[in-house]
Amino acid sequence: MNKKVNLTIDNRPVSVAPGTTVLDAAASVGIAIPTLCHIDLKGTCVKNNPASCRICVVEVEGRRNLAPSCATVCTEGMVVKTNSARVIKARKTIAELMLSDHPNDCLTCPKCSDCELQRLVMRFNIRQMPFTGGEQSTRKKEITAAITRNMDKCILCRRCEAVCNNVQSVGVLGAVRRGFDTTIAPTFDRMFKDTDCTYCGQCVAVCPTGALTERDNTDRLMDDLVDPNKIVIAQPAPAVRVALGEEFGMKPGSIVTGKMVSALRYLGFTKVFDTDFAADLTIMEEGAEILKRLKAHLAGDKSVKLPIMTSCCPAWVNFFEHNYPDLLDYPSSAKSPAQMFGAIAKTWWCEQRSINPKKVVVVSIMPCLAKKYECEREEFSVDGNNPDVDYSISTRELARLIKRANIRFTELPDSDFDTPLGESSGAGAIFGATGGVMEAALRTVYEVYTGKVLEKLEFTEVRGLEGIKEATIDLAGFPLKVCVAHTLSNARILMDKLRKGELNYHVVEVMACPGGCIGGAGQPYHHGNIEILKARAAAIYREDEGKPIRLSHKNPDIIKLYESFLGEPLSERSEELLHTHYYNKQIQ
Amino acid sequence: MKIKSADALDGIRRKAAKALSVREANKRAGTIAPCGLETGTPHIQILCCGGTGCKASESAKIVENFHASLQAHGITDKVDVVVTGCFGFCEKGPIVKIMPDNTFYTSVRPADVEEIVTSHIIAGNRVERLLYLDPGTGRHVNDSKHMNFYRKQMRVALRNCGVINPEDINEYIGRHGYQALARSLKRPSQEVLDDIKASGLRGRGGAGFPTGTKWEIARKFKSEDKYVVCNADEGDPGAFMDRSIMEGDPNSIVEAMTICGYCIEAHHGLIYIRAEYPLAVERLRIAIAQAREYGLLGENILGSGFDFDIEIRYGAGAFVCGEETALIHSMEGKRGEPTLKPPFPAEAGYMGKPTNVNNVETLANIPVILTRGPQWFSSIGTEKSKGTKVFALAGKINNVGLIEVPMGTTLREIIYDIGGGVKNGKRFKAVQTGGPSGGCLTEKHLDIPIDYESLTAAGSMMGSGGMIVMDEDDCMVSVAKFYLEFTVGESCGKCTPCRIGNKRMLEILTRITEGKGEMADLDKLQDLATVIKDSALCGLGQTSPNPVLSTLANFRDEYVEHVRAHKCRAKKCKALLTYTIDPMRCKGCSVCAKSCPAQAIMGESRKPHVINPYVCIRCGMCLSRCHFGAISVI
Repeated sequence: MNKKVNLTIDNRPVSVAPGTTVLDAAASVGIAIPTLCHIDLKGTCVKNNPASCRICVVEVEGRRNLAPSCATVCTEGMVVKTNSARVIKARKTIAELMLSDHPNDCLTCPKCSDCELQRLVMRFNIRQMPFTGGEQSTRKKEITAAITRNMDKCILCRRCEAVCNNVQSVGVLGAVRRGFDTTIAPTFDRMFKDTDCTYCGQCVAVCPTGALTERDNTDRLMDDLVDPNKIVIAQPAPAVRVALGEEFGMKPGSIVTGKMVSALRYLGFTKVFDTDFAADLTIMEEGAEILKRLKAHLAGDKSVKLPIMTSCCPAWVNFFEHNYPDLLDYPSSAKSPAQMFGAIAKTWWCEQRSINPKKVVVVSIMPCLAKKYECEREEFSVDGNNPDVDYSISTRELARLIKRANIRFTELPDSDFDTPLGESSGAGAIFGATGGVMEAALRTVYEVYTGKVLEKLEFTEVRGLEGIKEATIDLAGFPLKVCVAHTLSNARILMDKLRKGELNYHVVEVMACPGGCIGGAGQPYHHGNIEILKARAAAIYREDEGKPIRLSHKNPDIIKLYESFLGEPLSERSEELLHTHYYNKQIQ
Repeated sequence: MKIKSADALDGIRRKAAKALSVREANKRAGTIAPCGLETGTPHIQILCCGGTGCKASESAKIVENFHASLQAHGITDKVDVVVTGCFGFCEKGPIVKIMPDNTFYTSVRPADVEEIVTSHIIAGNRVERLLYLDPGTGRHVNDSKHMNFYRKQMRVALRNCGVINPEDINEYIGRHGYQALARSLKRPSQEVLDDIKASGLRGRGGAGFPTGTKWEIARKFKSEDKYVVCNADEGDPGAFMDRSIMEGDPNSIVEAMTICGYCIEAHHGLIYIRAEYPLAVERLRIAIAQAREYGLLGENILGSGFDFDIEIRYGAGAFVCGEETALIHSMEGKRGEPTLKPPFPAEAGYMGKPTNVNNVETLANIPVILTRGPQWFSSIGTEKSKGTKVFALAGKINNVGLIEVPMGTTLREIIYDIGGGVKNGKRFKAVQTGGPSGGCLTEKHLDIPIDYESLTAAGSMMGSGGMIVMDEDDCMVSVAKFYLEFTVGESCGKCTPCRIGNKRMLEILTRITEGKGEMADLDKLQDLATVIKDSALCGLGQTSPNPVLSTLANFRDEYVEHVRAHKCRAKKCKALLTYTIDPMRCKGCSVCAKSCPAQAIMGESRKPHVINPYVCIRCGMCLSRCHFGAISVI
């Protein structure tokens, strides 16, 4: 066992494991050193401590200058002061310098009250701006389908760069130019749309200020909701209901499904359906595809592409289209649940009700920003001009709408989803956590393949925050090898192996965001607190346990849908409505 | 041809030493009568400076003319023309030296060549007009030994500059080159390292970390791949020590890096050099190629079983890449910006492998420490700073150039004895040392013996060796502004204090020089500078406020004058100047009015004119045109 390191921080004795930073050591005795560029989502690979903002500096006895606590490792006998006059003065000056190069428009900033710079300003008691001077002119603004960039607000913490490079291995963001003119942007200051950006939005999830935010669709939705000629229907994703409460001061991990449904009704949605229903549908299609490929493989068909990979995550789809155009045959052709929902809503549901699909506006409420981009993909539309899903709003945008509509969320009664597209199983619910799609698929694949009833529904091997998880499932004697990865850097590891022919699994699940959709870029900001993600994941599994039906193929409305409309999974109609194909999007 | 042993190397040395004997002959003091072929000298060598400075003054043409002239006179067999590295006395370049009589010709033009050949080389009469004129005595000085510029110098790192042909490895070997390597390879590497430690050599790049200790730390980290990096990213404005060493004695760097590799158990060497040093790059390239040919680089060097090779990497001239972590990132193909230390490069450097980074001048000292012994080296200098230091002397000084003095020499000796004092008899005001990281020292600091500690204590630093002298015509606020402009332009932009803090300081300084400053600005400057020094990420950021802090400390009255009286005593801050015409002196010739580009001068013919201060753009044109001294500037 390693010996402990003993030091003194603000006159308090502290004993920590070797390698602990001063920042973490201080936190362990209740000293909260302010930080800005630092983020450490412990247990995931989301980490940034370049020691560049210098907000977290502390005084270390015997050291000439101040030390950045986020990157300074504790040594035996160290004497640290985190709140001396010298430190406080330096910190305040540094924050004031940042303000001198930052727009002064907090009141109308999308990040107002959620901005980490703003919090520091309040904490440091900054009441005036002592430094004024020229601001940058070289910074760009861009509004893409998913992400809004306003680099005037960038404070160069480089978190986005760290996430884009280290966590997602996408490598779009980096520092361009030097000194005061430095800006964080794609190479050659390109626009996002001209890069390999997957729109995963993790840069937005970690941005401490309003430099990177979501593309806001709330005003568009408000207009549609009051339009008497439009039928606006909602489909919230599984991960939204376990995070939305945080925006209203509820404990992370609170399940607010019923309140969310009530709120959506009060907002004026004609129907409140559920993406979870479509998640069950995805399992039917993808499960059938798994079985089809597996059976062909077992029958000796050498041309069959294995492993089959999930295709629910739109950032992941963008990632392989950009980086692995030679491997487009491997992922399942199944559309994402949200898009399946749209396709069914605008066909089956409209036919049943004799509604003109052109009047229907399908709005998905997603923990995700890439979904906004996905809605704009041309192939996801009925006869080319009526998108399956009209647009998507994030969990945060929904919270803003609820607040704007004078709804006291915490006091709302619970209500149920509308039928028929609101019924879902526990398998659909767990799509929101990494490993969830895999687990849901395994439940159905097991029963369909073996013809037996699954005794224990939980496949705990595929749960948890580990970057790449693998398991072997006994399918009545056949060892089914599966793998689950989250974050695109882990996906890259798998894809590189696949390219070399070294990926020996049958089924692989990939989600772009750390922790899966619960850690999506459209969720309430976690501000680097991993406990929030863990609480959301736990809530997802609680939701599953509480469901009377926990297998997708047992969802009665799914059964009805196949009986009355689709026929069977992978039928011609299913293929037309619920499956897609992929494109080579490699940038030359 | 590979040299397979130390003995074989010595054979080459003896052969080469013969060729060098004409140059080496003159070791004794005293002026020698000029040599000429007709007066009985059998062999003469003409040394021409081939450094960047002299090349810019057509030294290549001079060499060409010498060849042509010798050819025409049919004496090519008796006279050699040798292109050498820098002699250091750049003020009087191009330099041509005649050996063996040691005649030192200054400011030679290509047209002077024929006269040198006919009257000196052939007839044995010195060309008096090309000799250095001692401003003190008013007499011509024949050779460098008797010039004040050289008298107090001690050339250790520059030992071969201006002596050998840097493009011929044999000449380097002839001057005991590669002997240190040959001897080292026969000794246990720890012993060699101990010698470097015992010598007391400290890093010449600026911070002054003990070189032996640095090597020892790098040696401790074991890895298959380890790297020796030569930091040749010399970026201080006005500094050209490293460039001159690489141009004049590139083999010493190759040898030193190989010795370092042996000591720290590394087999790869990398030289990071800015692409804007094309001549230094070319000479290093030649040195590396020749060393490889001789087997002094590559596998099994001198039959020792030790392998080492060197690669050149180019920098794009970013100042911050002189910081070792930034340099390493640049070599890795990443953005050249510093990262926090620890981990130090010794632990995780180039490609994450243990790496030792030394600056050019530091390395140039290594071979000579090992050939002459650590005790010899440590006998030079002060208690804590051993050996010599090369300085690039520039600014308002009579003898601009490259000098090398023992540590402990005073600023006064450098400026007045070696430098020949301030130009044009003006009053000395300040000397800036250490480049953008250093500070401005004043009259009261002139008798400080120069070493790492004393310069830091005085509020400046050793830095890499830039030394810029300022006189009464220099405005110290503008000087601080100049250095800050440099820092702002060269900041990598990573940490907040340097990125924004320096920019804001520069804006304040600009305000002050424009007469828009307030007294509160001085406190703001002081506060900001203190915070930046205390909190910036890298060494360059932490030292960037030094020019401001030292001028604030030593020349506060000038700042106050700018703010309160809107006056710049050095008349450098344009916005604060007022041009006026003395009506008693003005003849009304209207030459000034005609030359004024802003049409700010009015007046009837033959009557005194006046300048409208609101229109005047303070270009100084009228002042230079007035024949009657009627225009003054205050």
